[in-house]
Amino acid sequence: MTALSNGHAANNSSPLFKIPPIKFTNLFINGHFVHSLSGNEFETIDPRTGEVIAKISEGRKEDIDVAVKAAREAFDNGPWPRMSGAERAKIMMKWADLIEENVEELAALDAIDAGKLYHLVKVLDIPAVANCLRYYAGAADKIHGEVLKGARELHAYTLMEPIGVVGHIIPWNFPSTMFAAKVSPSLAAGCTVVLKPAEQTPLSALFFAHLAKQAGIPDGVLNVVPGFGPTAGAAISSHMDIDKVSFTGSTEVGRAIMHAAASSNLKPVSLELGGKSPLLIFDDADVDKAADLALLGILFNKGEICVASSRVFVQEGIYDEFEKKLVKKAKAWVVGDPFDPQSQQGPQVDKNQFEKILSYIEIGKEEGATLLTGGKKVGNKGYYIEPTIFSNVKENMRIAQDEIFGPVLALMKFRTIEEGIKSANNSRYGLAAGIVTKNIDTANTVSRAIRAGIIWINCYFAFGNDIPYGGYKQSGFGRDFGMEGLHKYLQVKSVVTPIYNSPWL
Amino acid sequence: MGEKGGKRESSLIALSLSSTTTTTTIPMIPMPYKGVDLFVLDVWNENGNLSGGKGYLGAGFSRYSTATALEEEPIKPAVQVEHTQLLIGGKFVDALSGKTFPTLDPRTGEVIAHVAEGHSEDVDRAVAAARKAFDQGPWPKMTAYERQRILLRAADLLEKHNDELAALETWDNGKPYEQSAQIEIPMLVRLFRYYAGWADKIHGMTVPADGQYHVQTLHEPIGVAGQIIPWNFPLLMFAWKVGPALACGNTIVLKTAEQTPLSALYAAKLFHEAGLPEGVLNVVSGFGPTAGAALASHMDVDKLAFTGSTDTGKVVLELAARSNLKPVTLELGGKSPFIVCEDADVDQAVELAHFALFFNQGQCCCAGSRTYVHERVYDEFVEKAKARALKRIVGDPFKSGIEQGPQIDSEQFEKILKYIRSGVQSGATLETGGDRLGSKGFYVQPTVFSNVEDGMLIAKEEIFGPVQSILKFKDLDEVIERANNTRYGLAAGVFTKNIDTANTLTRALRVGTVWVNCFDTFDAAIPFGGYKMSGQGREKGEYSLKNYLQVKAVVTPLKNPAWL
Repeated sequence: MTALSNGHAANNSSPLFKIPPIKFTNLFINGHFVHSLSGNEFETIDPRTGEVIAKISEGRKEDIDVAVKAAREAFDNGPWPRMSGAERAKIMMKWADLIEENVEELAALDAIDAGKLYHLVKVLDIPAVANCLRYYAGAADKIHGEVLKGARELHAYTLMEPIGVVGHIIPWNFPSTMFAAKVSPSLAAGCTVVLKPAEQTPLSALFFAHLAKQAGIPDGVLNVVPGFGPTAGAAISSHMDIDKVSFTGSTEVGRAIMHAAASSNLKPVSLELGGKSPLLIFDDADVDKAADLALLGILFNKGEICVASSRVFVQEGIYDEFEKKLVKKAKAWVVGDPFDPQSQQGPQVDKNQFEKILSYIEIGKEEGATLLTGGKKVGNKGYYIEPTIFSNVKENMRIAQDEIFGPVLALMKFRTIEEGIKSANNSRYGLAAGIVTKNIDTANTVSRAIRAGIIWINCYFAFGNDIPYGGYKQSGFGRDFGMEGLHKYLQVKSVVTPIYNSPWL
Repeated sequence: MGEKGGKRESSLIALSLSSTTTTTTIPMIPMPYKGVDLFVLDVWNENGNLSGGKGYLGAGFSRYSTATALEEEPIKPAVQVEHTQLLIGGKFVDALSGKTFPTLDPRTGEVIAHVAEGHSEDVDRAVAAARKAFDQGPWPKMTAYERQRILLRAADLLEKHNDELAALETWDNGKPYEQSAQIEIPMLVRLFRYYAGWADKIHGMTVPADGQYHVQTLHEPIGVAGQIIPWNFPLLMFAWKVGPALACGNTIVLKTAEQTPLSALYAAKLFHEAGLPEGVLNVVSGFGPTAGAALASHMDVDKLAFTGSTDTGKVVLELAARSNLKPVTLELGGKSPFIVCEDADVDQAVELAHFALFFNQGQCCCAGSRTYVHERVYDEFVEKAKARALKRIVGDPFKSGIEQGPQIDSEQFEKILKYIRSGVQSGATLETGGDRLGSKGFYVQPTVFSNVEDGMLIAKEEIFGPVQSILKFKDLDEVIERANNTRYGLAAGVFTKNIDTANTLTRALRVGTVWVNCFDTFDAAIPFGGYKMSGQGREKGEYSLKNYLQVKAVVTPLKNPAWL
């Protein structure tokens, strides 16, 4: 493979793939695509070139109000929460089939909108949306309350009721996956939804909404309102008629959302926020495989993933060999047009992110870390950045503490298990962690000791529909995926009545 | 059960009690099973009255005196019998002995087809195929997601072939075609979709031990499951057994009832079309003492599930004990009470009690075969129950509007008539019915006895036919004691609007299912099984998964754990 093939990194009208025409650019409210009330639009940009893909209706507070009204009506009086779980499942299954039928077009939308690798999105992200829908469709008729032990002669049971109108605010790094992770369980639970996609990546969410209507999701059950955080996002989180808000994004915005929820109607909030996830590689690891894992951990999706292994701790016995291999592999990593099947890394999502990452690279140098490889942008067009590795990183440096959200890895050395655990936990975040070791005791000790929501032993990014994931500490609270991901869209109601002459209690 | 939007689509086989306020969308229905996608038998009309009790069925349908119609030529089923061989290792094969047995049309007693007769050597072959498919894969080694997809595809194919499956079922079993096509096959599809959804949600636990240990439980497939199913609901019993076993990753040898071998062969073929690997689902037609016994006593079968009579259930359990101690799930007979309390709306109670007993020609293990009626409403109830039975439409099950077809075979037919004679001899009052209907096939008149006493044979033994026994009671404690005074404990019906009465009866009745103001509500998610000699274990719902899983505890010490 050619290293950093920046020659074709920023190819304008890509000959590698014919971009489909953009069909949906309006707000999807109450089953219809409509203009925003203000008539305002914003541009969604191709990160390969910085050029405009399409103009999108910009939802603001008044549009959120209309969407919430539709969702409220669909919840309070519509068929969706009154259907059996099996009936909801049927419609969700149909939706999943339609998504599979449109996999290429959807993959192209995420690739062009987010700079994601087209060929990967096609086999990973979009099929995962269908799978996630099917998983939760299968769960829709398995939402069990419990019959309880009364303290006296009481018959008591719990009803797991849909929580109501759910507001979702999702990020731009996995537009489709995040859409599925939020929408599938809330619909399975019988809730109705107002979803705001990120302003960088509104296209696939609108296409999903179009398919939802085709599948038979009743009007008002799913509303998609593209727009910006301070306007549309704030309107969702402070809305008096939204019963629950779920957010994935940065820790700063998460804090604002929780604040807005608290000062409006006290709606429960779930937050999946930033991370600075450690990957601990022990002396007994296969160094070559560990280097591959570490590299993938930071470069997958150009480092724009909240669980990226942005802090790699290597035990001293293998450190030197590891560093050498890691750098060699990083140099062979191919950055290029995301529609090129040879590319391993596309452009960062937008100018802001691009500049932020480059500034962190400068900070790393200033703080005294050693730049082993990378550190520069690639090409003259678009937002491509070289895979970047720093060594001699100190735990208190900003590149070891802050989420960079780019292809920048901080490499550190540790001696004992205890030291490794301590360093790994030295973070305000607690989203994920990786462990590479063949020793079962090490694996078990470290798994329990690291304060993070998901621990990957001898693997990384091992996600699954049935595997809950979410954060400790300032990485947020609540879990997406698995049955945990369903329960946050349910209210628990206890029903109690006296019983007389019961033969057992 | 009212629902906005007109289209009613539910997955329950049920006679539901609906209040006047929630049934406004239900039009009068000119047949017992309204609407192609209707599972719920809602018999209340918009005034809250019982449609069935108002004689709306009109001209051409009066009493069960369709005897003359029964002398006509039977309607030809719209399906060909394509599969009559054993299904072993993904292929249809003859029995090693070359033997066949006839399967009969219960409308006439005539032969539908000759079916390969599996014996112990065929069971051996089928178990070997299932063993190989389990030990070598790919089935248990696939991801649960892939297993789910295959089960979903199978469900789609079953749905696509709804009418053929329903026709085979009715032809072989004699149940009304509308019941097969509009209730049972959709429920079959529902069951497989339901269990498909479980495949990737079978969770073990991590366990807090007292000490520095990391403990987890793995829920592993149990292995080769032997399943023996009855003839009264051939395809639904197929689904209750096969659905959870496949979702958990097991392989199966299934023996169908010798009376009804046809539909399971057809359905199993569709599973293979859907991508089920060969050897995962083997279907052996044959008889209990030969094929059934071979399966129950097989040393290489890891689990046995049986639905059928209590007597056979005992034999099955003994064979399992004497061979390899395989765990056994049993769903056996019943003599289920249906209790009509003093506050009951008599018309509604009559209709529900009628359905509880007569549904499926009375051939339900959970049939409400002891109708206990409070003395305050007893006389009115008896009179109306008799009138309702007289209106029951019996005839060729392929005919539209038929409520009751023939009994399964001559043996059952004779047994039912014998019980009716016993009822008369023991001094119960025969209100209506009591004899066969027509001169060919196995049709029995809807029969109602009143003044039945607990000690009479018809109140103690499972008749498995269209014979309703009405008993009188005075108070709650008395009826609880009498209802529980049976060796069975499968189900019960409770008919009351009083929440305290409902709760008291619900807890006091020693049965596996209590239907309060409904009966035979059989969704995929609702567990079913018996107390006492009605069996062991539960089928359907999450509970059924336990029948097909081994629990493995995995324990390892922890060094310096951060918490315990």
